[in-house]
Amino acid sequence: MMKIAKEHLPRLFAALAKQIDLLLPAQQAEVVNFAPFCPDAEIDLTTLKTANTPKHFFLPQVEDLYTAAVNAGQISISAADTPIKPFAIFGVRACDAAALDVLDSVYLSDPIDQFYQTRRQAGCIITLACEKPTASCFCTAFGINPTEPCGDITTWLTDDVLYWQPNTEKGDKITELVADLLQLTDESPAQDISENICLPLDKFNPDNLLALFNAPNWQDLSVACIACGACTFVCPTCQCYDITDFDTGTSITRYRCWDSCLYSDFTQMAHGNPRTTQAERFRQRFMHKLVYHPANNDQYGCVGCGRCVAACPAGLNIVKVIKKLEVAGNV
Amino acid sequence: MLEIMKQRAKELLESGRVVRVLGWQRGDFPNLREPVFFTTAKQLDNLEYDRFCAANLSKYLIGTDVPTLAFLKPCDTYSLNQLVKERQINRQMTYIIGIGCEGSAKLTDMEENGTLERCLVCTKTVHAAFDELIGEDAAPREKNDRFAGVGEIEAMEIAARYTFWQDHLARCIRCNACRNICPVCHCKKCVFDNTKYDTAQRANASAFEEQMFHIIRAYHVAGRCTDCGECNRACPQAIPLHLLNRKLISDINHMFGEYQAGTDTETPGPLTNFDIEMDKEVGL
Repeated sequence: MMKIAKEHLPRLFAALAKQIDLLLPAQQAEVVNFAPFCPDAEIDLTTLKTANTPKHFFLPQVEDLYTAAVNAGQISISAADTPIKPFAIFGVRACDAAALDVLDSVYLSDPIDQFYQTRRQAGCIITLACEKPTASCFCTAFGINPTEPCGDITTWLTDDVLYWQPNTEKGDKITELVADLLQLTDESPAQDISENICLPLDKFNPDNLLALFNAPNWQDLSVACIACGACTFVCPTCQCYDITDFDTGTSITRYRCWDSCLYSDFTQMAHGNPRTTQAERFRQRFMHKLVYHPANNDQYGCVGCGRCVAACPAGLNIVKVIKKLEVAGNV
Repeated sequence: MLEIMKQRAKELLESGRVVRVLGWQRGDFPNLREPVFFTTAKQLDNLEYDRFCAANLSKYLIGTDVPTLAFLKPCDTYSLNQLVKERQINRQMTYIIGIGCEGSAKLTDMEENGTLERCLVCTKTVHAAFDELIGEDAAPREKNDRFAGVGEIEAMEIAARYTFWQDHLARCIRCNACRNICPVCHCKKCVFDNTKYDTAQRANASAFEEQMFHIIRAYHVAGRCTDCGECNRACPQAIPLHLLNRKLISDINHMFGEYQAGTDTETPGPLTNFDIEMDKEVGL
């Protein structure tokens, strides 16, 4: 364990930023987002929920895949060559760090997504333990300990000290960059386990898949859904994308961008959308997080960050679905 | 007041005057209220009305083809009128109970954080449509000028104005919450969703596209936007979208005279009413 006085944090960040691209939670208008280090940024280490999740840096909203062009009758195809420099994100919370495990299970399993993998290898996650949950937090329901976040480096911030614990080789390397600012210590940060939130997750086992899919109250649960994608795009684990061509007239750039299962043209096929009602689209989002993803990856697809709770203009959320979903003849 | 609302809703439901009731119910978090259609008197015990019931329920009445009772705050009734005018809501199928309003709470990460901006500068304190009223119309607000923010931006140098908007719009994640919550954004197929044409745009790939979505949307609702403020409330990135709409409202007021969309269901809108004499007057 290492530590640094809280008052020296600006020096720590400046020293890190000199050697690696550093992203920090910073105030932007009324929200806090991860933003590149700059000396006069309003760094915010108390707000738990950045409006944007760290997902942005591993699975950007828009990403070019390749360009195809026709020149003098010859077709040429060139892979997108976006240079990815090493970077570090400071202040990632336990839920968001756990969310990267969810994304890894999709993008780093065969076939490995090279774009994601490149960014994942380049990025160092420096987590920051939470002290007190906010009104919308429920990470503990998914077995996440907010006071012991994972990541390449874990940090704990007290009133006057930041404790620093490298966990991985990547974390060790970053630690070396600022070793002269950190002191070794035998102390360990106080870790009050915050209140454990329990949700009735037992029913969401793959054996209940059809019963859950056919639950009688999806229609009632989804009636207020306005079919926007706010819940999807503020979610640290939502991972679906659409692939589209940008036609320049002489070439096309094929790119992918985030997509939402709440949209009417999600998984659009030649015959149309397989999910023709909003209730079916709504069901897809929660079945994916609570049943399909766990069935395939042995982990829930939700980390309880609560951003969707705060973002839904109609007050809908996964907690309600978990509590209210009725399984016919079961649970 | 809530008890009277429940009682009237039950009466209207039981008498068969309406077959469902559109209101709000408590969600699974203390400050959460969700729009809901009640169909039985028993369900109506869950009806809730307080300053957390910010959602404008008018949009849920689009296409209603069964007699529906809806509780509307004063400002929500302007959206109702606008949608009736645009033939999206059959007024005959609605029974509107206007309810008093003292302003809705602004939430930050589910915690109350003051009052919504729209309520601080509210000008629509009197119900524009109702079948009956429960409670008083909203008390007139302190005279905060709703165009003050527009004036501040207009006073900026062009470069500063560009930076102001680009900084805000760069945060846009294109979740479409502003569009889908907007009562007058009711196109069956939004131009930005239409994959048959090059206008389909699911994400912002450039600064130009960040601007394009919001500016096109603002222009499409110009003259129809009642300034209900739902876009502003819904934006998870706190982009001050209401300022774009208010700029257009302010311009319309200057060019065509004071106009409040949704005041009634008949008056043609300033941008949809072709009047050659008036065009000459304003120098077009």
